[in-house]
Amino acid sequence: MNSIILRTTTRLMLPLLLLFSVLLLLLGHNQPGGGFAGGLLAAAAYALYGMAHDAGAARKLLRVPPGMLIAGGLGIALLSGLVGAIMGREVFLSAWTEVNLPLIGHAKLGTPMLFDLGVYFTVVGVTLAMIFALREE
Amino acid sequence: MLQSVLLILGLAALAPWVHRLAGRWSARLYASVGAGLFAYFASLAPRVYASEPIAQRWEWIEALHVAISFRLDGLALVFAFLVTGVGALILLYAGAYMKDHPRVGAFFASLLLFMASMLGLVLADNVVTLFIFWELTSVSSFLLIGFDRQREGARRAAMQALLVTGLGGMALLGGLAMLATAAGSWELHEIAASGGAIRAHALFLPAFALVALGAFTKSAQFPFHFWLPNAMEAPTPVSAYLHSSTMVKAGVYLLARLHPALGGNDVWFHTLTWVGAATFVVGGLLATRETAMKRILAYTTVASLGALVMMLGVGTQAALVAMSAFLVAHALYKGALFLIAGAVDHEAGEKYVDRLGGLRRAMPLTAACAAIAALSMAGVPPTLGFIAKETILEGVAHDTLGWTLLALATLGSTLTVAAAAIVGLRPFFGRPRETPRTAHDPGPEMLAGPFILAALGLIGGLMPALFADSIVSATATTVGGAPIEKHLHLWHGFTLALALSAAALVVGAAIALLAARWRRALAPIGALSRFGPERLYGAGLGALNVLAVSLTGVYQNGRLRRYTTVVFVFTGLLVGASLVRLGALSGLTGLDRVYPFDAIVCMAIIAGAIAAICAKGRLGAVAALGIVGYGVTVLYVVYGAPDLALTLVSVETLTVILFVLVLYHLPRFAIYTSRAARVRDMVIAVSFGAVMCLLTLIAADVQFSPTISEWFVENSVPKGKGRNIVNVILVDFRALDTMGEITVLGVAAIGVHALLKLKPAAASDGGDES
Repeated sequence: MNSIILRTTTRLMLPLLLLFSVLLLLLGHNQPGGGFAGGLLAAAAYALYGMAHDAGAARKLLRVPPGMLIAGGLGIALLSGLVGAIMGREVFLSAWTEVNLPLIGHAKLGTPMLFDLGVYFTVVGVTLAMIFALREE
Repeated sequence: MLQSVLLILGLAALAPWVHRLAGRWSARLYASVGAGLFAYFASLAPRVYASEPIAQRWEWIEALHVAISFRLDGLALVFAFLVTGVGALILLYAGAYMKDHPRVGAFFASLLLFMASMLGLVLADNVVTLFIFWELTSVSSFLLIGFDRQREGARRAAMQALLVTGLGGMALLGGLAMLATAAGSWELHEIAASGGAIRAHALFLPAFALVALGAFTKSAQFPFHFWLPNAMEAPTPVSAYLHSSTMVKAGVYLLARLHPALGGNDVWFHTLTWVGAATFVVGGLLATRETAMKRILAYTTVASLGALVMMLGVGTQAALVAMSAFLVAHALYKGALFLIAGAVDHEAGEKYVDRLGGLRRAMPLTAACAAIAALSMAGVPPTLGFIAKETILEGVAHDTLGWTLLALATLGSTLTVAAAAIVGLRPFFGRPRETPRTAHDPGPEMLAGPFILAALGLIGGLMPALFADSIVSATATTVGGAPIEKHLHLWHGFTLALALSAAALVVGAAIALLAARWRRALAPIGALSRFGPERLYGAGLGALNVLAVSLTGVYQNGRLRRYTTVVFVFTGLLVGASLVRLGALSGLTGLDRVYPFDAIVCMAIIAGAIAAICAKGRLGAVAALGIVGYGVTVLYVVYGAPDLALTLVSVETLTVILFVLVLYHLPRFAIYTSRAARVRDMVIAVSFGAVMCLLTLIAADVQFSPTISEWFVENSVPKGKGRNIVNVILVDFRALDTMGEITVLGVAAIGVHALLKLKPAAASDGGDES
């Protein structure tokens, strides 16, 4: 698809879409969103970019191969589950801590958020792996 | 005790690196660890012999009654001695025997894994723990038999051993579970103590049958004996260790362990006695037919295992003493003879007895050890083997069964004598023969095992009070379930047993002298074995393969349409039948509450579906499907599930992208199927849709437990620290489910990758791709 309008638009939209997907991920615990929705949106953003440009461009922009994203995402999710076990409690029992961060302020951090991050990466990886594979076919 | 098992397991895990670092010293290190463990168990012996079992217990999965519990009693101790003591000698021997092999590290890893499993098996008190170790011995045996993985024979023998013992293992699991249910305990010593309750229980017969099947396959009883001679494909140290001294005795061990619970009745008596006696005679007969040293020894091992099972079946005090004495004697002489066979093969390059002779000049020390071990095997005084054989004949003679069993036992002994002379004496005496290599005695590492084992057999006979008495008494006490105190003697006076023993010696020696003629006389057995159990095994395996190929061909024919059809038809039938059976159809309520807005959206969804079916092009169908998807999204929004709506919108969007990418590669749009096929597919699709629709309607009405959703609502903020309940459930309360789901996603991505990226040409050379 060789359209200069689409190419220019996607170049501008990609950061916005990615930012929005991260927002969905971070806010997901309290408002609609979460790792699944965020991950799908991020994947859609890259897919759009890939349609406007050539197949290799999106892959290059992603920097890491989708397979690594899947493995990393699953690893993060599993790790967040093991935190409970390492602390001598049950596997996948959540652990929370409260911190004061500069700029953001008071925030609650917990293993479920880490888990959601793992879901996010896995979903991005899986979707893009399929789309890239089909695109390059 | 757990520590000793873990220690060996740790060594097994490190074996390849230890070998890289320590080279030839690695085997000596393992052997000294084995010897140290032997000393450790020896230091526990006085307490055990004072009938004070030593128990250890760690909880594992309490809800399933699974504990890591170990218990060291007389029976466990004698086996622990065999595993660690014989194990240490064999590890030392193997270091020299395998020194030129490129995969020594892997070999010792497997051998040590076996050692740990076998030790765990004999020490385990919990049924599940025992079973896990039981299966681990089968697995390590598989690895070791097939160690020369380049040879097809080795691979096939390994598979055969694994399948036969694995089948028995499955039966055993069922049997043990039944026993535990009947006894009300998952600890073996409690099961052994509740024999009365078990024998009166309705599950007694099936439990006994399954346990016996497990034990018979593991201990190579007739008609499952065929895998053991084939297992001789393994390197000789493995044959000496697993397939004569320890693993194959696991079945005997289990039967002995459960004797107090299952024994003392007709079923036990007749099954074990006759199967054991048949194995004793058949094993002996087949042994004298063979010419390869290791195969002769393997068949005599089968015979000896038969004798042990037979004595367990008879079950009198005298018989249990005989069983215990023979157990020790057999491990000593058979281990020695196997190692000697390996030494002859290693140093003289010849493994067939009919091509060997007069080796005593070239290998004097080996010949001396072989002679002592063979005399013990033949039951010539003053060896431990003689005492053991006397006690066996006495144990059988004292029984009320009369002559049949005694005759079979004498026949078995006669054949054992013949085999002992053929394998242990003939290669070393008589006229010297040319051997492929210039024969000489092996080094001290390979001589230590045969020497110590043979010497112990001799010392045990000369001075039974030194160690044999206490070991045999303690073993028989555990097996019998009541204190048995026995002093073994070389001289019993002129008894029937002595007369039969002498007769067996004379006839056996005669057979050995006329071995070639005897083998010719037995040739018809070879023709008979065409109908034997091994043939049955092969036919069964072949039939299974044919069945698997045809069955898989039916439901995995590579066409997506077939897969969907199979899934839809089966799911639809199962769900539909359950719905009808449960009478759920009459319970539908709430169908009168229809809101106009919902109705409009649903009409749009239905219209979209119909449009997708009738579409004349693919792009139109995709667009129509989009209507269906976004319509459902609207419903989610209406019913307050913004999360689902959000996700579904993304999914729909991505689906369209995927479709567009796929469409590009598809052939021209056309209708390929016949009208009848399309009608059939329509019936399937509509019925499946109807079933799913009904299921959804019913599911909305069924509240399994209203407290669950309330619990989620109440605890989402305090426990999950999130106000988005769906997300809290996904990432916290049901995180394990989500973990499973994203793992499935990952696997699906791998599948797509494999389908698209690995072309058939690339797949044929191992699926490598860059």
